[in-house]
Amino acid sequence: MIRFKAGLARMIGRLSRLTGRGGGTTLPGRVLLKLDPGAISKLGSELEHGSTLISATNGKTTTAAMLASILTANGRHPVHNRAGSNMTWGVATALLEQRGDEGLFEVDEAWLPETAARLGPRAILLGNLFRDQLDRYGETEALADAWVKLAKSRAGSTDFILNADDPLVADIGRYSGNRTTYFGIEDEDAALSETQHAHDAKQCRVCGQPLDFERAFVGHLGHYSCPSCGMKRPTPEVFATEIELKGMSGVEATVASPEGSARLKLPLPGLYNLYNALGAIATARALGVPVAASVSALAGMQAVFGRVERIHVEETELSILLIKNPAGASEVIHTLALEPGKLDLWIALNDGIADGRDVSWIWDADFEVLAGHVNSIICTGTRGTEMALRLKYGGWDTDRITVVDGIGKGLSEAIGRKPGKLFAMPTYTALLELRKLLAKQGEAERYWEG
Amino acid sequence: MKLRLLSLYPDQMNIYADRGNIIFFEQRCRWRGIDFEVTRCGTGDTFDPAGFDLIYMGGGQDRDQQIVASDLVETKRESLVRAKEDGAVVLAVCGGYQLLGISYQLADDVIEGLGLVDLKTVREPGPRLIGPVVITVNLDGTDRTIAGFENHGGRTYLGPEAKPFGKVESGHGNNGNDGFEGVREDNLVGTYLHGPLLPKNSWLADHLIKLALEHHHGGTIELDPLDDRFEDAAHETARRVALAG
Repeated sequence: MIRFKAGLARMIGRLSRLTGRGGGTTLPGRVLLKLDPGAISKLGSELEHGSTLISATNGKTTTAAMLASILTANGRHPVHNRAGSNMTWGVATALLEQRGDEGLFEVDEAWLPETAARLGPRAILLGNLFRDQLDRYGETEALADAWVKLAKSRAGSTDFILNADDPLVADIGRYSGNRTTYFGIEDEDAALSETQHAHDAKQCRVCGQPLDFERAFVGHLGHYSCPSCGMKRPTPEVFATEIELKGMSGVEATVASPEGSARLKLPLPGLYNLYNALGAIATARALGVPVAASVSALAGMQAVFGRVERIHVEETELSILLIKNPAGASEVIHTLALEPGKLDLWIALNDGIADGRDVSWIWDADFEVLAGHVNSIICTGTRGTEMALRLKYGGWDTDRITVVDGIGKGLSEAIGRKPGKLFAMPTYTALLELRKLLAKQGEAERYWEG
Repeated sequence: MKLRLLSLYPDQMNIYADRGNIIFFEQRCRWRGIDFEVTRCGTGDTFDPAGFDLIYMGGGQDRDQQIVASDLVETKRESLVRAKEDGAVVLAVCGGYQLLGISYQLADDVIEGLGLVDLKTVREPGPRLIGPVVITVNLDGTDRTIAGFENHGGRTYLGPEAKPFGKVESGHGNNGNDGFEGVREDNLVGTYLHGPLLPKNSWLADHLIKLALEHHHGGTIELDPLDDRFEDAAHETARRVALAG
């Protein structure tokens, strides 16, 4: 019966694409789950080598793409929801439409427990928990509690790969059983000079008292301990030392493990992408790929759409950097601050349901860092006016800021100024609009994957 | 001139980017040549009630709010009562607003509040009250529109002694039932319009700055006007979004 329903759902996906209704990244899955709510379990159980799930507030899509590159380079055939559709129907669509012998799924933080219950995964990678769209997800502590429940239910039967540097994530290791490994950063020189503002893990998860941070690398990711109960950051098996940040062009580091170390040359910028890479490498190791093999696979990694992608539009090199919450946006800002010269920016702030209707979060991102480092800024999107206001109060020169109604008009205006480089910072639904616009102009068709 | 702001629990009570309100106060003072001083006051700290003109407290996660509630009552209640009686301006947002009242309920526990104003926050069946909101307030003899965003599980009911901050035009307000939003008593304002409420409502920020300066320096103070084109545009968008539902 599942074969028939799956065939029907696949056909609907093809029809949707033929009739020009878009990527069809979720429709077949939605149809299938309507026909058979148990479809994910059934299709998932047909994957010979089981499934790996990846979740985090920031970096899911990139980390999953990294792990997919590693697995593919090592002759494996993952079924992967690469279009970033990470609710149950996105997973179902990938299961329907791709052939392979193991699953590799990025999963929305809130959907993770349900997806894991259905798939009974072989491995789960948990990257980080930052404050996100509070109107959608609720508080980060509540999400951490839900993940703890999941860890208890899968302890001993699933490999858990946890970020040692995130106290909210590392704490899950107390419950996730003996198949747990950690990754992290061990390079003291890479620490932030000041504590960032979006500090989302202040209390010890064991005793509730304030944590001591010896150093932080990205937001609250760092080296911490609890002076009250003695809780300590776990020692990671896979870790980075000797880190060199190369601006927007990438980051290099030595990645060490019990089996030896290798020099990673990652063509994606920033410590946040290094964390994504460490998570992917540690997970690949749990899946049987040696660290050295992962490191060389990542050197050839291409950016995923909207996660630091560079595209040529007319005479302009357009870099697209998704922003969606304070921690992620601050990382983008800190990375841009390493660029030479004064920057031309296009920032699109939408308040759609997928973005979070509440745009308060922009006030928690470190826009101050780029004041004095910008040439011209177009603010657009449904809440472009509030974005412009945020920049003004971040100390940016208001004469350089223009608010343009409508994402298409905003983009034409920014490109029309013919900057050599333009950095686009869209929120999630603004990124989707941007993708459509660029696809129409034939600039981004290669990303239009089903 | 000088404005002395006390920021209560800036680490715990900052979940919805409450930092935006402090930045907003600071820049608007700076652009007018008013000295602006922020003092952070966290768990276990005490403060001098005569030392501050404006006291700000934002919202926190449930767990943080519980820690803060007992600390407030133990180490800060007396100073807060005194500061309020002396006419210092108090702005409490979201979780901070709930803690101003007599009690607030978290799951099955009823937690003692500051008792600064006559209100109680309870839990009722039904979803969290989330969404854009517009209210009408009248603080200076003129009706003004305030736009923002609310996100709260608790339902707040004002006692007979308390007056609301505003009337709900669109959104839920204190409890989704009685059409009131927030609380106001002399120079104290409590509201569910969370996080960076002031950037969307520069008029309210200036009104509170004026009251705080008058508290510090006495007499009537008129603030220099600023170029508020960006502020007015952001307010207009927030208002339109809320009225559209």
